[in-house]
Amino acid sequence: MTTTETERATAPAAYVGKPVDRVDGRAKVTGEARFAAEHHYPDLAHAALVHATVARGRITAIDTAEARAVPGVIDVLTHENAPAMKPPPKFSPLDLSTFVSATSVNYLATDEVHWNGQPVAVVVAETPQAARHAAALVRPVYQELPAVLDFAAEEPNAVPQKGNLLQESEADKGDAEAALKAAPVTVDLRFTTPPYHHNALEPHATTAVWDGDRLTVHEGTQNIAWLRRHLAMRFGVPERGVRVLAPYVGGGFGGKAMVWAGTLLAVLAARAVGRPVRLALSRAAVYHTVGGRTPSTQRVALGADADGRLSAIVHTSVSRTGRIGGMPEPITAATRHLYAAPNIHLRQHVVELDLLANTAMRAPGEAIGTFAIESAMDELAWELGLDPVELRLRNEPERNPVDGKRFSRRLLREAYALGTERFGWRDRDPRAGAMRDGRWLVGMGVATAYHPAMVLPANVSVRLGADGRVVVRCGLQEMGMGAATVQAQIAADELGVPLESVRVEYGDSSLPDAPGAGGSTQTASVAAGVVAACDKLKRTVRRLGRGAPGTYAEILTRAGRDHVTAEVKANMPVFMIRTLLERRRLVKAACGVHFCEVRVDRDTGEIRVSRWLGVFDVGRIVNAKTAASQLRGGIVMGLGMALSEETLVDPRTGRIMNPSLADYHVPVHADVPSIDVHYLDEPDPTMPLGLVGIGEVSIAGVAAAVANAVRHATGVRVLDLPITLDKVLPG
Amino acid sequence: MRVNGAEEKLDVEPWVSLADLLRDRLGLTGVKKGCDQGACGACTVLADGMRINSCLALAVQYDGKEITTVEGVTPHPLQEAFVRHDGLQCGYCTPGQICSAIGMLAEHAASGADPAALDEAEIRERMSGNLCRCGAYNGIVDAIKDVTR
Repeated sequence: MTTTETERATAPAAYVGKPVDRVDGRAKVTGEARFAAEHHYPDLAHAALVHATVARGRITAIDTAEARAVPGVIDVLTHENAPAMKPPPKFSPLDLSTFVSATSVNYLATDEVHWNGQPVAVVVAETPQAARHAAALVRPVYQELPAVLDFAAEEPNAVPQKGNLLQESEADKGDAEAALKAAPVTVDLRFTTPPYHHNALEPHATTAVWDGDRLTVHEGTQNIAWLRRHLAMRFGVPERGVRVLAPYVGGGFGGKAMVWAGTLLAVLAARAVGRPVRLALSRAAVYHTVGGRTPSTQRVALGADADGRLSAIVHTSVSRTGRIGGMPEPITAATRHLYAAPNIHLRQHVVELDLLANTAMRAPGEAIGTFAIESAMDELAWELGLDPVELRLRNEPERNPVDGKRFSRRLLREAYALGTERFGWRDRDPRAGAMRDGRWLVGMGVATAYHPAMVLPANVSVRLGADGRVVVRCGLQEMGMGAATVQAQIAADELGVPLESVRVEYGDSSLPDAPGAGGSTQTASVAAGVVAACDKLKRTVRRLGRGAPGTYAEILTRAGRDHVTAEVKANMPVFMIRTLLERRRLVKAACGVHFCEVRVDRDTGEIRVSRWLGVFDVGRIVNAKTAASQLRGGIVMGLGMALSEETLVDPRTGRIMNPSLADYHVPVHADVPSIDVHYLDEPDPTMPLGLVGIGEVSIAGVAAAVANAVRHATGVRVLDLPITLDKVLPG
Repeated sequence: MRVNGAEEKLDVEPWVSLADLLRDRLGLTGVKKGCDQGACGACTVLADGMRINSCLALAVQYDGKEITTVEGVTPHPLQEAFVRHDGLQCGYCTPGQICSAIGMLAEHAASGADPAALDEAEIRERMSGNLCRCGAYNGIVDAIKDVTR
């Protein structure tokens, strides 16, 4: 960190750090905010998908006559008549946009069926009702082929997972199995987690409008720039003629990061019928065409001496991808960083199934990996008769456990100290089942949260007018994080202007390219660009002012200039080399601790979460209000993961059996207590402005904290998520 | 049908839901669709002051009724309270949460119950038909409490 950066991160700020109301709040509470399915065009047609009902096979015939006869139907596109689309590109590190191909399937260019639910036809009609009705009347005939569908049955056939430049898959230090055998105290547990789905409340929707070779797409996407490039490539048109608009995205959580079938088929349909087309997926269609989180099985074995000092950590995992694509989930990733031990063995395995590709969902790897390692640590504390907080503190590493790299910043001890005090942890009776409140068994649990911190290059321009108004332009994505709000705060402070005079333009591919919103990278990445652009702008204005006093706007006026614009463009190769060099010596992360209290009905097994406290070490906070909301949001999603969420896949047919919000239970108001969030607000000396991304860290550790509290309340260790009441009832 | 105070004469097929009518034909896109089956509450509107899931309602059933969407309640103190307490993130469930809360407060008042009994637990219970996947529940409850004070 250079001196200027240190100074910047600790300089007094008018807006950074303050609980500023979000700038798009008014548009969202009045209904003015228009999402992807809410843009009207004259002559707009509506599309609906027809989904395969077999897991693997070929379409031998497809009868569309009845569908075509429905009044209002304009066309029915199948592999027999759809216009050509170029096949999805293979991933290339030279063009990172190739990463957004969610599957390898070239929809409607093939008679092959690769999963149960794959779109095999698109109906376009004058109304959404006609399209949906007609879609139900399309009759495909399949020749079925054998399919591999059952994760539990296939798990023994898993193969080693490949790592990549940014994500090592395995680690070996010492001889963990031998150390485990020699350890006086051990636990050796097998965990399972089910598939989960993002269920952003806005179902995926695309409105596609062609004008010759020019294409405009309204899309709820986490990845504006890469989607534009992908569409240009797939439809063989110049990238500059493609415009992606996503000013509002109704939640993403990873589910809108990749390019899935609906987007492509809306654009294809619009081209085929020569009219603007809207494809608003039904909730079930989202389940059938957008991947979710992989299920997992995990083994965690820990060996310790009688004082609780770890001698061995073993964490292995099996997850799944689809045969047609998917991201191998880095389930043991957090265990590389959590606890000191002389012997560590980490392995990740994967099976390929004939199911839709899986994809990233909030904290891929850490969310489910921490359930296993943090539950096992708790169980080890029971074995040792030691306070689980104390066990963690005794094993808190000075350097990164697997390779001895330095931490850029790590304040877990401080987080535990603050959390222990604020939660009243010491007041608990450590015995299982000892705390009661009438019919409720009360338990308290604790767990650590961890997520890596990263920065990606962002292009940003900043314009300062002689009237003092500032416009920050960057194609960033806002899907609820408060992304535009925090960048406005940063720019206002950098330029010393009132927040009200800063406008951030975003959500449009015609703006300078931002990285996608994913991996908790966006805020710090764009902040670096905003700061650099503001610096450049200030230098220009100072030159104009020739040392004379006055505000920047006054200098512009005196110089007879209407405005000044500064733009910064990232140099990707240089950036990648710097990142990789830094990763060779430094580990950066967001981390934190969760404390929770649960109540378990002694007769029915009903589990209620009654108190929650999180303390996070997430660098400097830009907006105290939106940051707290985002950290709470991760915890709420973690509560669902812990207690109620589970995607049920029929192992015989590969069909998702509960593709609806009625049958997949996300947390509701009544499931969520008041969540007390604290952060240490200590800048990270290696990150722009000292910021660390906060979008994912808080979901990590949540399920373990709940499981550990349930263990304390009932004496039952639940190893299989979700923790439903049948699993805690005796017998 | 009266929508947000204006008389609307509409010719609509019997299978069109109230949500689709409001969104697609009247352009009232403050009415959101998260599930189209009454499970998420994003499409909540007020029909003669009562909160309903407009995706589960056929438009023709509401012939002659007074329909109010988020556009029709603007400006409302709850909206300011949602912003102040950050009772939203992505904003997709927000109009439904606001309409639902307005309906809920009216139900509670009409029942003759003691307004003081509307504590956090009671608000959560009564608002549980409105999902928020971003997890802004704490802020929503705080915003509702704020306007009842």
